[in-house]
Amino acid sequence: MSNTGIQVSHLQKFFRKRKGFLRSRSTEVHALKDISFEVAEGETYGLLGPNGSGKSTLIRVLATLLVPDAGEVRLLGHRIPGEEQAVRRKIGRVSVDAAFYKKLSARENLLYSALLYGMDAKSAERRAMEILEELGLEQEKFTDPLEEMSRGMQQKVAITRALLINPPLLLLDEPTTGLDPKSKRDVQTFLERLRSEHGTTILLTSHDMAETERLCARIGFIAQGSLIAEGTADELKRQSNAASLDDAFIALAGVALDENGKSANGNGASEKK
Amino acid sequence: MEQVLRQTWAFLFRDLHLTRRYMSWVIVFTFYAIVNTATIALIGVALGDRRLTLMLILGALLWNFLSVLFSEIANSITYERWEGTLEYTFMAPVSRLTHLAGVSMFVVFYSVVRTAIIIAALMLFIDLDLSRANVGGILVVLAVSSVAFIGLGLMAAVLPVFSPERGAEATNIFQGILLLVSGVYYPIEVLPRWLQPLSYISPATYALSACRKLMGIGQGAAEPVQTAGAPLSEVTHELLVLALMGAVMIPLGLYVFALVEGWAKRTGKLKRTG
Repeated sequence: MSNTGIQVSHLQKFFRKRKGFLRSRSTEVHALKDISFEVAEGETYGLLGPNGSGKSTLIRVLATLLVPDAGEVRLLGHRIPGEEQAVRRKIGRVSVDAAFYKKLSARENLLYSALLYGMDAKSAERRAMEILEELGLEQEKFTDPLEEMSRGMQQKVAITRALLINPPLLLLDEPTTGLDPKSKRDVQTFLERLRSEHGTTILLTSHDMAETERLCARIGFIAQGSLIAEGTADELKRQSNAASLDDAFIALAGVALDENGKSANGNGASEKK
Repeated sequence: MEQVLRQTWAFLFRDLHLTRRYMSWVIVFTFYAIVNTATIALIGVALGDRRLTLMLILGALLWNFLSVLFSEIANSITYERWEGTLEYTFMAPVSRLTHLAGVSMFVVFYSVVRTAIIIAALMLFIDLDLSRANVGGILVVLAVSSVAFIGLGLMAAVLPVFSPERGAEATNIFQGILLLVSGVYYPIEVLPRWLQPLSYISPATYALSACRKLMGIGQGAAEPVQTAGAPLSEVTHELLVLALMGAVMIPLGLYVFALVEGWAKRTGKLKRTG
């Protein structure tokens, strides 16, 4: 493998949930179980898994928003835990929910974000316009409050926010969920161009088989907090004698992608009491 | 340095535009504060007592200023959780000191403008003669006490990290206790004896005491009305206590904030629904 963009080694994350007040009961959820994988610089790597499988938790650890309980992550050479501030300068993140100040315009939200990263407001505004244009958002929308935009438009602004700082590493957590087919295509084309022209390393989580197959050089299957298989789409299909990536996932994970993290035998094995 | 200035400006820029977008609410809250201050002041006017009137006006204005300062800083994290932007702020390469300094700067600016508007509006209701007051001295006291209140706000700002709703509720209760024990509209001696010790740890108690002396209205009915506000040297004790409180509370607030941020990142509480 060439220079490593993302290196995840034996990553573990637990969450404790408390129920009840007088007789409180504590439940431990093992959200990430000994996850290890590598993504080369400039590679697009896809993580496929159903809801609750640990995709977003993994992205949050990589985005320095969660501290791992065990294991180590290296992003473009910087260690987590330990070098969070250096990591933050190099990553852009798009989450499934476009989190913005809804009353503020796209311009105001994007300028706020650019200033947070220490960018000059004028050049940030210019770059924001360029990205939004490439994503197919009309210029007039730039000054509209986010609350007046459709989900697809908001997601395009979210992608622009992540790209404004020219991050060498992008963490995309289901970026096209809920978008109309046209918006989805716009975003996918843009991501392809980003990888080929700028060599951006991309980690993409998704439920969408076709999207993952189109964008990702390699794919990891994640279920109940474990990375159960990885390889190219063809390798994964071959490994499970499946005709499609969807069938390959069912064969290897014992769970369908649209199920909520429960295995085919019905056990929610990740929870301990 | 340039980067830190831009990052600080980011919070001022954001809060200026949010204030502009929520202008109707800002007007409503300011209108309520004007009416509230005027009705409190008119109690003194009705009794024909100049000292009481000035004491009530001072209490209402100071409380308006300090409580807005405290609550806006304390709720800054609540607002981010409501909007869902907290994770994006926390994953930006901004030090927490720069973040909270930016938020605090805007809040100070907002509180000063709001208090100035209230004072101007109050002139329509009451013949407010401040010619004998040591206005410069009062501004110094306000500046020093602001630092202590910012520190208190920083400590309260972590509460919504535990729970957005419960955190906001706890902030309001804490603010209510400050109002009760600080002797905003009365001397603290009228409080029940068991409650009085709390007044000594509230920065508002010292800010009010100093401002009353600087206004020339003293601490209570037993003291004669002064013909002029006291010089700043007569409130050295209060200024020193306030400065000490600020010097302790700001680093303590930042420390508590860092502790809770670390805890939230270990337990996954930064999420919008966490």
